[in-house]
Amino acid sequence: MQPTDRNQPDPLPESDLLEHARAEDGAKAMKPSTPPPAVPPVSLYEKHTTVHPKRIDGPFRRFKWLVMVLTLGIYYGTPWLRWDRGAYAPDQAVLIDLANRRFYMFDIEIWPHEFYFVAGLLIMAGIGLFLVTSAVGRAWCGYACPQTVWTDLFQHVDRFVDGDRNARMRLDKAPWSAGKIARRFWKWSIYLVIAFWTGGAWIMYFADAPTLTRDFWAGNAAPVAYATVAVLTGTTFWLGGFMREQVCVYMCPWPRIQTAMLDEKSLIVTYKDWRGEPRGSLKKSQKNPDQFGDCVDCNQCVAVCPTGIDIREGPQIGCITCALCIDACDRVMKEVGRPRGLIDYATLEDCEREAAGAEPRPVWKTLTHPRTLIYFGVWSAIGVALLFALGTRERTGITVQPDRNPPYMLMSDGSVRNSYTVKLRNMQSRPREMELSLTGLPGAKMWTDDMSKDGAARTITREVAADVALPLRVYVVAPRGTGRQEFHFVVTSPEGESDQSETGFNAPEQ
Amino acid sequence: MADKRLDEATNTETVGHEWDGIEELNTPLPRWWLWTFYATIVFSIGYVVAYPAIPMVSKGTEGMLGWTSRGDLAKDIKATSDKRSELVAALAQTPIERLDPDSDLMRAAVAGGRAAFKVNCVQCHGAGAAGSKGYPNLNDDDWLWGGDLKAIHQTLEHGIRQPGDDQTRFSQMPAFGRDGILSAAEIADVVSHVRTLSDLEPKSAASQRGAVTFETQCSICHGPSGEGMREFGAPNLADAIWLYGSSRDDVTATVTNARYGMMPAWGQRLDPVTVKMLAAYVHSLGGGENFVEQAAEANAEPAEQETDATN
Repeated sequence: MQPTDRNQPDPLPESDLLEHARAEDGAKAMKPSTPPPAVPPVSLYEKHTTVHPKRIDGPFRRFKWLVMVLTLGIYYGTPWLRWDRGAYAPDQAVLIDLANRRFYMFDIEIWPHEFYFVAGLLIMAGIGLFLVTSAVGRAWCGYACPQTVWTDLFQHVDRFVDGDRNARMRLDKAPWSAGKIARRFWKWSIYLVIAFWTGGAWIMYFADAPTLTRDFWAGNAAPVAYATVAVLTGTTFWLGGFMREQVCVYMCPWPRIQTAMLDEKSLIVTYKDWRGEPRGSLKKSQKNPDQFGDCVDCNQCVAVCPTGIDIREGPQIGCITCALCIDACDRVMKEVGRPRGLIDYATLEDCEREAAGAEPRPVWKTLTHPRTLIYFGVWSAIGVALLFALGTRERTGITVQPDRNPPYMLMSDGSVRNSYTVKLRNMQSRPREMELSLTGLPGAKMWTDDMSKDGAARTITREVAADVALPLRVYVVAPRGTGRQEFHFVVTSPEGESDQSETGFNAPEQ
Repeated sequence: MADKRLDEATNTETVGHEWDGIEELNTPLPRWWLWTFYATIVFSIGYVVAYPAIPMVSKGTEGMLGWTSRGDLAKDIKATSDKRSELVAALAQTPIERLDPDSDLMRAAVAGGRAAFKVNCVQCHGAGAAGSKGYPNLNDDDWLWGGDLKAIHQTLEHGIRQPGDDQTRFSQMPAFGRDGILSAAEIADVVSHVRTLSDLEPKSAASQRGAVTFETQCSICHGPSGEGMREFGAPNLADAIWLYGSSRDDVTATVTNARYGMMPAWGQRLDPVTVKMLAAYVHSLGGGENFVEQAAEANAEPAEQETDATN
């Protein structure tokens, strides 16, 4: 099968496919059988040709719109959501507070030592990608990947400024006139605004959004904020405006990984060649219905493809399974009065089955093969475990570090003193009176370096400010004759939450 | 040199060398690479003019900007000492015993002292200030010359047994055995008595004989019940802490030959503020005592020791 020339202008004005199909002349139909005249030396370098996808409407396109609105809405809007946490914590719903090492997400606040929640979420995201890939193929690539979403957005900008496919191709070839320069300038300005907005939204996740916005425009924001916006503006402008499908085909590792993860049971966008081949124009196939398949070779699937591939060549790395070709093909099939689904989501296994004459299986059946179920099981097990951990975690904590040099201190009355650095963690957004006490180590008392040792006792209380770890230098003294042993520091909050840490008491050999 | 020609596959000129049929193509450098290269040359000219660059016989060229890495260091040090100047001035003005224990000034002094301790003191007293035989442990509550801020500061500033410093801490225990003041048997009796003071051995006939000798020979400095006397740096013999060891042999050696340590007068070596910081740090190690206003130390000290003993 000869690859189609992807850059040939789309011969169709928007909606008269049928007439076009009727008017198809013989010369074009000859194309597949014309042998190439001579084989030029194969170049290892493929010159990039800009893709100008055509406007299309259909169920998948509408779904893509929906996903785009949702994802962009979440991305741009989330930092502006407010969430009341009281006087001692920020009121931004989602905030990654790197300076204070806190991560806020609605009612959840994560401290650095609880980072396993984030790790768990990342693992879930990873397995989620496996799950999605194994169930519905490259759906991530086709709908939700930022590169796809922003490329789609920028292609809409192209359409808005320069018109649809044919107009854009004409403009591309046209010499640089004042008009073309003006259009390009206008288009790239819109690119730049979107890119800047994208970079600007990113930094809002790391600081209070309204304050940062004011500081940003007043020139008072941190240099790293400006640098981040500059870098993200640059990458968005370049990757979304110019690199586009090349990112998917050449730069991104994910498609390569997916080729290893897809199997004959994964849903992919497939051209059903047993039904479509041999291709022929509508006119010819109407003359000789027995000799031609359903494909009328109208090239609409190629024209709408955002990565500029021809799906009829079979599954390929350039196909992000956005399913716009399904929309395009279904429309043509409707117009020519043939059943939809010449290009459709199908598994390779079902394709074989259908080619052999079996009935198409319903889609839900393809989703429930063992691999998908195992991925789903692992994914949801991690999710349940995380939820459980989240529900049972305590917001009071303690860590103890004994002094090692000197390990113990003999006092003049023969008693033995050990020193510890104890951290009381108040992980709630309000100050709390924490009680630190000793369990074990009979006869021992403790005091801290911020109090007189006359106040030594087995229990001391300290007010711990909201959402901080209070470090205390604690001296524990045990009476003469106390041997080396283990004991516990216990911290208890007013509402009865407690945590303890086992540590050692050192003493001279007896 | 073999003749140059165009390679058929790529239309690139060959360099004309051939090794076993393998030829090298004379592919021109990419334009961007060349321009980058030229840019680095231009940059390097500017750099050589502006910065020290070319080594000459005795020293290198200095560059128009006059930059040196030493100058950078001096600037950093000046910036740091400027930043500290306020703190240093405040510390210089405050008498050491007037330092509020719960103040930023005290915390800064302790932090500064910790750094100075690592440089000047760890050689004898150890990194954890735990000392070793003959070198006092600074974490405990046993002080030869006093453990409040002022006493520690005095010890630090003037040192111990330092010739050339009028106010240095000074005392000397007689070498009772070596100088023939006591006989070996008398020394053995005194040792028995001293060891009973801290319950290291039970009372015996020897210790009772030693008690009599102790009262005439030792109690002048060590006190009638061996509680020590800070005025003379005479250690408390009734407590659990022994600077030179508590075994019979150790104590006998001490009584026979006398022992005493020395410490430099840090006032002669360090600036006054650093000495204050060191005093604050040593006081903070856990054994520091409260400064008592009336300098009637002979009365104040036993009282303090009693409160210590109750802890």
